[in-house]
Amino acid sequence: MANIQAIAQQAETIAKKLSIHKYDIYGSSVDETSVQVDKGEPKQVKASNRSSVIVRVWNEQDQIGVTSTTDVNETGLELALKTAFEASAFGVKENAPDFSPMAKAPTVVVNLPKVTPAPVPDLIEALVGAEKGVLTAHEAIASVPYNGIAQREIERFYLNSEGAQRCEERSYASIYLYGKTEQEGRKPRAAGAMRFKSSLAQLDVEGCTKEAIEKTLSHLDYEKIASGKYPVVFSAEAFLSLLSAFSNMYNAQSILDNRSLSTADSLETQVASPLLSVYDDELNSENVSAETFDGEGTPTRRLPLIENGILKNFLHSAGTAKRMNAEPTGHASIGAKVSVGLNYLVVEAGKAADDAYNLDQADGVVLVDDLQALHAGVNALQGSFSLPFDGWLIKDGKRISVESATVAGDFREVLKNIQHIEPEAEVTSGGICPRVWVSELSITGEA
Amino acid sequence: MPAAIFEQPLRLEQIPSLTYSATPDRFDQTWAAPLATLLGLGRAVGADFVEFFLERKNYISCLAEDDTITSISPSLVSGAGVRVFKGKADCYVSTNDLSFNGLKAALEKGLAIMGLELPGPHSHVPELNLEPLRDYGTSRAKENWLASCVSMQTMGDVLLEANAALAKQATHVQARRAAYFRDWQEVLVASSDGTFARDIRLTQSVGYNLLCADGEHRSSIGERLGNTGDPSFLTAWDYEETAAKVAESAGKMLYADYVESGSYPVIMANHFGGVIFHEACGHLLETTQIEKETTPFMHKKGQKVANENLTAWDEGLSSEAFGTIDMDDEGMPVQRTLLIENGILKNFLSDRAGSMRTGHPRTGSGRRQGYTHAAASRMRNTYIAPGDFTVDELFASVDKGIYCKKMGGGSVGPTGQFNFSVDEAYLIENGKITKPLKGATLIGEATGIMNKISMCSNDISLAPGFCGSVSGSVYVTVGQPHIRVDDITVGGR
Repeated sequence: MANIQAIAQQAETIAKKLSIHKYDIYGSSVDETSVQVDKGEPKQVKASNRSSVIVRVWNEQDQIGVTSTTDVNETGLELALKTAFEASAFGVKENAPDFSPMAKAPTVVVNLPKVTPAPVPDLIEALVGAEKGVLTAHEAIASVPYNGIAQREIERFYLNSEGAQRCEERSYASIYLYGKTEQEGRKPRAAGAMRFKSSLAQLDVEGCTKEAIEKTLSHLDYEKIASGKYPVVFSAEAFLSLLSAFSNMYNAQSILDNRSLSTADSLETQVASPLLSVYDDELNSENVSAETFDGEGTPTRRLPLIENGILKNFLHSAGTAKRMNAEPTGHASIGAKVSVGLNYLVVEAGKAADDAYNLDQADGVVLVDDLQALHAGVNALQGSFSLPFDGWLIKDGKRISVESATVAGDFREVLKNIQHIEPEAEVTSGGICPRVWVSELSITGEA
Repeated sequence: MPAAIFEQPLRLEQIPSLTYSATPDRFDQTWAAPLATLLGLGRAVGADFVEFFLERKNYISCLAEDDTITSISPSLVSGAGVRVFKGKADCYVSTNDLSFNGLKAALEKGLAIMGLELPGPHSHVPELNLEPLRDYGTSRAKENWLASCVSMQTMGDVLLEANAALAKQATHVQARRAAYFRDWQEVLVASSDGTFARDIRLTQSVGYNLLCADGEHRSSIGERLGNTGDPSFLTAWDYEETAAKVAESAGKMLYADYVESGSYPVIMANHFGGVIFHEACGHLLETTQIEKETTPFMHKKGQKVANENLTAWDEGLSSEAFGTIDMDDEGMPVQRTLLIENGILKNFLSDRAGSMRTGHPRTGSGRRQGYTHAAASRMRNTYIAPGDFTVDELFASVDKGIYCKKMGGGSVGPTGQFNFSVDEAYLIENGKITKPLKGATLIGEATGIMNKISMCSNDISLAPGFCGSVSGSVYVTVGQPHIRVDDITVGGR
């Protein structure tokens, strides 16, 4: 992709030619390489270099039109601006989005240097070694059907016709390993692990391998679980999944669209146990792909969503902030309709932890490790969920893998019925969270 | 007779000076020369097989919320992917740059990744003779499709009228949405086995999402229609009929009780009920799953895998169905593939790599979301064939069970475990529907449920769907008649 100054210059020239006076552009370029292996041999290597921009154009009536394109050259940019201008005739007349008032505000300097990508043979060697580690750990592990190692470089920018210009570069690497067991007379089981870091060199391949082995083997001696109500402990990954699936609760655009579990009056109300505090913290030092500005150019920042169980803030774009008399929060993605979404969640215990809750001594508690099929089993508008999961029934402190089962409940009740939040938090790709204990949820085991 | 003229074969050092003038805004025969040169280069360097996939896309979506058009979003995409095989291993490189040099750079990157180094400058680049362009884009007036599609103005008008119709028919409305998209795609495939084929596709979808609320009671119901190949699809939409259906379902589900978890016999409706076969069996018949050894059907070809009443197909041929394509994304004409016949597993769905790695023949099932994805074995229009029973006979066979009238989404895990959400369900007592139920999830294991589909009615109906998997999101059709599943675990409260 051409540099931001060149694109800004091109856009200005084309806009003048098309008599467009107000526009903004968000663009990104991604350079990515990924590898999969199969029993010691590379199976597929993928590499891509793709760029795209999305342009917004305001017409004389302040209606907005949008077009996205992958042709990031002068011809492509001209066609995109022209098409967006045509589309502006059909843009909303009321509450039309405007530039973010913070598009020129200073952003935080983040120390995430762009790392030179590792050569492909290094990726293959690392993954082959990790796969071998899983395969040779136990005779019951028959394959590692889902595996991959990837590195990605991203450049992104925002500019507008009032002179705002921002750009940044990031790079990160990831690995995932999912082992599958096969035993005579037993159903196959699979489990795995994932890690993210800024580069291959920093990636904890050994830790990922170890966790994948432990989790895969922990499901070997699975048992059916009787359907009923159980105290449930959510892993970091599982609880963050739920917080994301029901993010309409703190999403201002969803509230304005009447598609939220909250209303504009929900701020400062008790929505969860006082034990729970949730922050959206894109700039957290553990976030290896932290972005300092959103799709509208608004700087990102740490935003309290729930503090001691009280709903404190909504996620805002420039448009929702204006309508709800708030400030943009750095959570917007531009489009014909600006959307608002979570960045990086951090869950903290809102008050001192209670030592009475200890998994090593628990009995009759279900530990939910990984929630599945969230796209199907979550009804975000009703607040309900019914989801398959991987996990264990804790009996006298021992973990017994649960055969195919679902956990069901109401998200708002889950928040209110939190009994305990463990002191140690786990860093995941989507955020940071300790294990969270909930008093009672319905578990259905396969008959 | 004139004497044959000897033509000097191309040498590597000559490639930088070659000039090509492929038509920039259309994939046609002029693309043969540059692609043949690059394919020859790939083979000269030592690749066993090389394939180029070129794509241009013109996409637009439109959203009406209540009585306002809140989004019209055009998107223009072009790019290419090159796939290089060495033995059974492969590399896929994608780029936005469709120029000769851009495609060459992508190819060279792929070759380098596979450890194939360019030979010396004097090395020959063998000519690769592509077949004459097999152009599916010239049939059925496809060349006119994009120009014949409705304008932005018409899109907005239809959706606003549709939303107004929904407002009239529904009660306790909290939010109404009508959404439409049109996806026009031109693709070109050229590969080192001589394949050279082009197609134009037009996929459209329109539908509703209705949220109703009364105090703490809430219901949300969606309904979507889809079409391939009819530019006037949107203006022909009978939104009054769809609105009536959506309003009725949302009204019934508004005060529904949560389902009591347990094991029940289930009657699954036709139409989108077919998602159960798609998830629980269809994915497991893709060679992608055999490659990963993640399907319980891997060694079952020719064996009984389902109830003898069950026959199932996957094809790309049904007129204007959502998964219909004339050729797959590897340039192979699509076909009708018999998956299961009277309970016996007959065929798997295979793309080129799947065929190479598993030995199962290609079935025209190599599909991908776009140029950023390598093709993989994917479903097209997949359905359970109609049986001999009537719907009344199915209901009469159930003393206490669940009627799953409208399915939500679902997925299948790496060990064959599946799950589906149910958007609209009813309790069946003594063969009759007695009350609406919400919050149900069906869970089970693929090999088990296929043997429990004991009755199929005679009222097959197809529905559009979106399927996400290794090669991205593709348009598919699911379908079935009403079926009876003898027992299935229902997760609920």
